[in-house]
Amino acid sequence: MPIQSINEFVVRFANVNGSGSASANQLFARCVMRMGVPVAPRNIFPSNIQGLPTWYEVRVSGEGHLGARGGTDLMVAMNPQTWNGDVAGIEPDGYLFYDSSRPMPKDKFRDDINVIGMPLTELCNARYKEPRLRQLFKNIIYVGALAALLDIELGVAEQLIGEQFKGKDKLIAPNVEALRAGHEYAKAHFACPLGIRLRRADNVGDRVFIEGNDAAALGAVYGGATVCAWYPITPSTSLAEAFMAQCKRLRTDKETGKTKVAIVQAEDELASIGMVIGAGWNGARAFTATSGPGVSLMQEFIGLSYFAEIPAVIFDVQRGGPSTGIPTRTQQADVLSAAYASHGDTKHVLLFPEDPFECFEFGALAFDLAERLQTTIFVMLDLDIGSNHHLSKPFKWDPARKYDRGKIMTAEELDAGKTFGRYLDVDGDGIPYRTLPATHPSRGAYFTRGTTKDRFARYSEEGPDYIENMERLLRKFETAKSLVPAPVETKSKRRTGLGVIYFGSTSPAMREAAELLRGDGVDLDLLRVRGFPFSGAVSDFIEEHERVLVVEQNRDGQLRQLLQVECGVDPARLTAILHYDGNPITARFIRAAIGAAVGVAARGRKEKVES
Amino acid sequence: MSYLAKPKFHHPAIEVNQLGFTHRDYEGAISTLCAGCGHDSISAAIIHACFELSIPPHRVAKMSGIGCSSKTPTYFLGQSHGFNTVHGRMPSVLTGANLANRDLIYLGVSGDGDSASIGIGQFVHAIRRGVNMVYIVENNGVYGLTKGQFSATADQGSKSKKGVANPDSPIDMVALAIQLGATYVGRSFSGDKSQLVPLIKGAFEHRGAAFIDCISPCVAFNNHAGSTKSFDYVRAHNAALNTLDVITGRAPITADYEPGETQTVKLHDGGMIRLRKLDATHDVTDRAAALAAIHRHQSQGEIVTGLLYADEDSGDLHDRLGTVDRPLNRLGDADLCPGVEALERVNAALR
Repeated sequence: MPIQSINEFVVRFANVNGSGSASANQLFARCVMRMGVPVAPRNIFPSNIQGLPTWYEVRVSGEGHLGARGGTDLMVAMNPQTWNGDVAGIEPDGYLFYDSSRPMPKDKFRDDINVIGMPLTELCNARYKEPRLRQLFKNIIYVGALAALLDIELGVAEQLIGEQFKGKDKLIAPNVEALRAGHEYAKAHFACPLGIRLRRADNVGDRVFIEGNDAAALGAVYGGATVCAWYPITPSTSLAEAFMAQCKRLRTDKETGKTKVAIVQAEDELASIGMVIGAGWNGARAFTATSGPGVSLMQEFIGLSYFAEIPAVIFDVQRGGPSTGIPTRTQQADVLSAAYASHGDTKHVLLFPEDPFECFEFGALAFDLAERLQTTIFVMLDLDIGSNHHLSKPFKWDPARKYDRGKIMTAEELDAGKTFGRYLDVDGDGIPYRTLPATHPSRGAYFTRGTTKDRFARYSEEGPDYIENMERLLRKFETAKSLVPAPVETKSKRRTGLGVIYFGSTSPAMREAAELLRGDGVDLDLLRVRGFPFSGAVSDFIEEHERVLVVEQNRDGQLRQLLQVECGVDPARLTAILHYDGNPITARFIRAAIGAAVGVAARGRKEKVES
Repeated sequence: MSYLAKPKFHHPAIEVNQLGFTHRDYEGAISTLCAGCGHDSISAAIIHACFELSIPPHRVAKMSGIGCSSKTPTYFLGQSHGFNTVHGRMPSVLTGANLANRDLIYLGVSGDGDSASIGIGQFVHAIRRGVNMVYIVENNGVYGLTKGQFSATADQGSKSKKGVANPDSPIDMVALAIQLGATYVGRSFSGDKSQLVPLIKGAFEHRGAAFIDCISPCVAFNNHAGSTKSFDYVRAHNAALNTLDVITGRAPITADYEPGETQTVKLHDGGMIRLRKLDATHDVTDRAAALAAIHRHQSQGEIVTGLLYADEDSGDLHDRLGTVDRPLNRLGDADLCPGVEALERVNAALR
């Protein structure tokens, strides 16, 4: 019996990159969303521009599970290079949709799947003369066919095409025609709809559909960033590019046409962070966007920011390392290199957003924190959050909110005779006052340096001066605990001694897995960490549970290590649940791994688990 | 170095500038460099230039990297904010500072190790971006703080203090700067104050990337026979193209020259640089001629000095980016936050 499911299934598109499939596949995902059904698409793409395999996975979930699930119910196999693996990846009783223009030998199929062959190339060759058009419209034609097979309302797809090509109106009609051609062919040749299908629902609500990088860039706009210096690196490039596009719209002076922002594509990551630190020193809110290799290159400057106490914001869109690693795949593997970036004794503030909503929130908050704490703030995205569209709560902004510019001593205060010591802890919170260049003709000037200094910023090589400064920096880090976003705890309905700590893009899969595990008889209290340094709530959570599982997407259990060191936890109490093959972590994986760790087998249908 | 603090009192008749400051008001902390170091002469020339131009000291941001030269911003303009950054990275920090506040005067001080070796990439890119700054390289051909290794500007065949000949070709910072699009380029010698002070003044008055390569002998490690950066060698091989007077828009023009001997370069604020030509054929607004002159003198074993190239129509990074006139660091919530309604529109477009 073919898989039967309404609004709960996974469609995977196997394409060749550079073939124009991305926009057609996104059209498909948007159709699902517009029918009121939650959707979570994910790109799996190679480090290449044209010719290599790429996949687009669309998880449809009326129940609202937005993490990757694992497995494929309907494979849209458009890439002969990956045929074998693609066919093998289909769930038993699942569906295969393929281009049947060229006959495939029988042994290339499976007996336990349902095959739908449509002569796409043939249809396109008959309809279009130009090779490029044949290629592009082939994608739209298969979306039309899928609309028929999955009961997607054609009007929804047509409206989306209209919106997509608004302003380039002459492209609308040919795209709609191609869509209809695919739809008509499928209706005429296949039994539509399939056992898996959509039904209009109202489960999307007021959520928005956006990539995390776009949301973080918008957060930087709202957070008042005026200087952006960046160097292209996957998967962070789109963050800087989104910032440019948004500033063009939101930061251009209507009268003069001049911009209230300076964006510089630097020559490398060293220059990017150097410019950010120069701008931060001079009182502008500045940021860079990068990924793991960029953070490695920035180490020396990050230490300067820590020791000379200069505000800076780094958006680290993590990818798989080490070295060049798997540059187009996701990981949470920069936790330690960011937390302790640079030589000497250093520690940095990290924020861990889980989705675009928090990318926006933390993106804006990072600038307040950077100026309040006068140091580097990392916003730790990853490729899964940053480069994929996510359904996310709509962005909100409190109209009464004012930027926190931190402790800046003014000319008036200097005139009034207030004592200024650049590294003087006047309030006991470890945070000194700073003056901006040109504040006052004769007071408040100081020399900024990465070398040791006394509390009045005078060069000093004296041990006591050094120690006083380093101890104050620790006090400042203590202050940061109350300023970073608090962890979010989700208690199990039944009392349990099992706790789970996780963060970032693991969230949707973790939530789903917790539900599944409850069905398996495993109750879990969940704690989602949202910032470093960890507040007391994190160590209390560990204290309150007999055993804590730390779920994360890297090999070495980096969050677990950080918890051990910073919360002083016995390593035996923290069990590592690690997923690091470069694909987003799935609920199925977490369910099986936690089940195995606590000695409970998953109930029901035997699930396939990928490592 | 001296460790005795200089007394604050001064002669009652000491000269004051338009702001009522004496040159003492432009001084910094006591230098900790070696006695006789060329760098201290450059600091003195910077103090002199700022005094004569009546620059409010607090309007200057002093930036440097790491090395002997990069220590010097502590020794001048004590009322200015300064920033001793990391090795070779002053240009990016200066660029960022400039982006944050276009109204200040940015003085980058660096050395030949800092700018021609570890930081050559940042030097190159800051120049090609046209950052509005005065960038001075205090060039002694040697690593002083680590005791005498060759730098990338040391001439091929020149000898170290230990007698070893340098095998590598030198990097010529002025030729490089001109090629990269610097709009004010000069070279001078720390031992020639009469040339250096007006050259620095012209750089301060110039809008855009102004670069000065100042040969500055290292008395401890590079002032011996066989060195091409020693006092004696530079004095003997100095080929000055011109001497210059900087006339600001704020001051009356007093100098008077015979026609034909001079060339005038206009400045942005209405002032001008009047050059007295020592080489009658050199036109400082001709980029190709400047490069040719540098090569010609170099091939004759001479060190060409003076104002080598100036572009009267220069612009800066802010012009290219089209940023608002108000410094970005002075924009507040109302200027920067697009507000709730704009966010609602963003949300609506994402559904």
